[in-house]
Amino acid sequence: MLVLPQKREFNFFIFIILIIFIISLRTPSFLDLNNFMDILNDTAILTMVAIGQLMIIVTGGIDLSVDASLALTGMSVALLNQHYPEIPLFIIILISITIGLLLGSINGLLVSQAKIPPVITTLGTMSIYRGLVFVICKGTWVSAHEMTEAFREFPRRSFLGISNLIFIALLIIVLFLIFLSLTKTGREIYGVGGNKTAAQYVGINLNKINYLAYTLCGGITGLAGFLWVARYAAAQSETAIGFNFQTIAACVVGGVSITGGSGTVIGVVLGAFFIGIVYDSLTMINVSPFWQMAIQGFIILFAIIINTIMDKRNQQLLLRKRSFNE
Amino acid sequence: MNNCILEMKGIRKYFYGVKALEGVDFKIKTGEVHALIGENGAGKSTLVKILAGVYQPNAGTIIFNHKSVQFLSPQISQQAGISAIHQEATMFPELSVTENIFIGHHIRNKSNGLLSWKEMKDKTQALLNRLELDIHPDTKVKNLSVAQRHMVEVAKALSLNAKIVIMDEPTSALTIKEVEYLYKIIRKLKSENKAVIFISHKFEEIFEIADYFTVLRDGKYIGEGKMAEVTMDEIIQMVIGRNLEHRYPQIEAEQGNTILKVKNLTRIGFFKDISFELHQGEILGFFGLVGAGRTEVMQTIFGIEALTSGEVFINGKKVNIANPAEAMNYGLAYIPEDRQLQGTILKMNIKENVTLSIINKISRHFFLDKEKELKITEQYGKQIEIKASSWQQLVEDLSGGNQQKVVLAKWIATKPRILIMDEPTKGIDVATKATVHNIISELAKQGIAIILVSSELPEILGMSNNIIVMHEGAITTKFTRDKANSENIIKAAIGSILS
Repeated sequence: MLVLPQKREFNFFIFIILIIFIISLRTPSFLDLNNFMDILNDTAILTMVAIGQLMIIVTGGIDLSVDASLALTGMSVALLNQHYPEIPLFIIILISITIGLLLGSINGLLVSQAKIPPVITTLGTMSIYRGLVFVICKGTWVSAHEMTEAFREFPRRSFLGISNLIFIALLIIVLFLIFLSLTKTGREIYGVGGNKTAAQYVGINLNKINYLAYTLCGGITGLAGFLWVARYAAAQSETAIGFNFQTIAACVVGGVSITGGSGTVIGVVLGAFFIGIVYDSLTMINVSPFWQMAIQGFIILFAIIINTIMDKRNQQLLLRKRSFNE
Repeated sequence: MNNCILEMKGIRKYFYGVKALEGVDFKIKTGEVHALIGENGAGKSTLVKILAGVYQPNAGTIIFNHKSVQFLSPQISQQAGISAIHQEATMFPELSVTENIFIGHHIRNKSNGLLSWKEMKDKTQALLNRLELDIHPDTKVKNLSVAQRHMVEVAKALSLNAKIVIMDEPTSALTIKEVEYLYKIIRKLKSENKAVIFISHKFEEIFEIADYFTVLRDGKYIGEGKMAEVTMDEIIQMVIGRNLEHRYPQIEAEQGNTILKVKNLTRIGFFKDISFELHQGEILGFFGLVGAGRTEVMQTIFGIEALTSGEVFINGKKVNIANPAEAMNYGLAYIPEDRQLQGTILKMNIKENVTLSIINKISRHFFLDKEKELKITEQYGKQIEIKASSWQQLVEDLSGGNQQKVVLAKWIATKPRILIMDEPTKGIDVATKATVHNIISELAKQGIAIILVSSELPEILGMSNNIIVMHEGAITTKFTRDKANSENIIKAAIGSILS
């Protein structure tokens, strides 16, 4: 099965629990509920965008422009809020999603219609989108006092102790869990990534599926752009630089095949959560900030290696079972 | 037998319990061109791959140069003096001729350890001269013709000081003039006392160039002898061998109305003027050599490739099919030749594969109906006897035969009225083959019109009501079953040379 969680996700879950246990031995405050809520808040945006990335990687593509489109959308709505504070928040949210869909659909068109390889396409649009951030903000920031309170406070507002940010992330998780595992189009996305030719032979429209994946990812990214600038109460030209690689890391750590065709929403959620823990715990256990980036990279690579080894062993077991059966 | 360079005895090889070779003997002398003959799936490629160190035999001995040896890897086999030239030349198109020849065994300057390109270039030039080839050592391989690439592979074999050169279907992509050239090179190798193993489906080539032959059938050794002492009919008899009549279901289906009519279908560069009619309940066999254009005709009818000219009628109405989705709407189904590359989605499970072709039927308002999905998979999975631990099992974990059954189930589930099957039993074991044949007959009995593209003569003869033979992109002959026999079919497939 592709879409619903299985052994691999379960193993990864155990692995995460183990990591949490080890960290808490050294820093008992890591287990505080408050700290946990912080980690969830910190990983909410990563989880959302990583799910968009998942959809694209499953089709056999990749989107390197997510950080730039996030920044462009974020800057656009921040400027809008600064200059037209009377625009209601739900309109702002709709606008951020619309801009995201538009940016994503440009990627989709270039990949599916112009047939430019995804890496090249999104490298190009990454520069363009990032460049447009500079153009519209003219090199300046939009900082906290220039935003309305409703704008700035939205991600933090909580209901029953759970913030809007976490609610929205949960909503995206549930929506895309259903979309990818229970709908016809979701199945077709896995089909296209699993074997393009076979999918084409059963009458699936490859171009349509590719276009759709990039566009939907763009929509999520747009929403994430608003949430990001509101949460950090700042829109800068450098917002979220390097975030694209985090989303890809969350996918790969979560067991998504980088060549397409397999990967689950649950896996990606765990992957993003794992990365959140790593980032958070390094600060808590007082690792020097100079070392953090290198150690983060090392731990992510380590998780991927473990994942790959487990997978290989499973496959060998299956092969042995199969030759025994026949 | 002093000049016997290689002797393989009692070679056995199994893949996941499926027998590929059952005690095959093979020997070759120096200065001999030895044809290895057999149908697809007879075990020729497996035998050659064992010799090249790609596969390890489960049993048997290999005596090479009077010593018992084991070729544990392609490198060991190559160093021992065995060079294989594969069907599709495996070369590096962006590198020069010199670089291609010396890749993996570069010559280094003894004093400084750097690569000595001048020496390699000189040696390449010497090799090219020896083969009388007019190619510059600096030419990039991508700028060479297919024939020239084969020659460069031969030069590479010589540079490795090969004692045995294996040529697996070397002529399949060559023009007649280029084939002549290849013969010249083979004779040259022979005169230098090399042993050449020559694999070809084209019997006239074997008679032209080989001295000796070994015939394999169904993974078994059938016989050997001198080419000079055998006739083409005798060889064909050995290759086909068995008395097949009762092995095939032979259900006489009622043939109904014309359902598919193809008129003067042409795709420039692939096939021309293809016309035929297909009736309900008919099994129409398409035979031909590899590269005769049969697959291309079927892909064009199914809307995968565009046609240059010609017309297609379904139920008497002219249709223009632009893509597979439209073809499926007209009741067509196409089971492609390569189940791993074109047929299945290996990372999906059986259920998801089987229902992918009917995804609209199993979904209601956008959502998949999982119950219906399971029911349909069960229905067709049982009918086609897919053997698996559950319908959730990933297709990549199934055996080749079961993967093929998944592809069959997927297409039969679309309830086609016209079913095109391209090599449906290629590379699967005998038991699965029999199941597939029964399914085909059963479908024909239900009134489905079937096109069976196959390179296996017994299958074509045993299954088809009518047989069309293609050669180099054109239909050469049409037979009804009672008029067809292996001899006239093979002659038609080889083309004008013998008819």
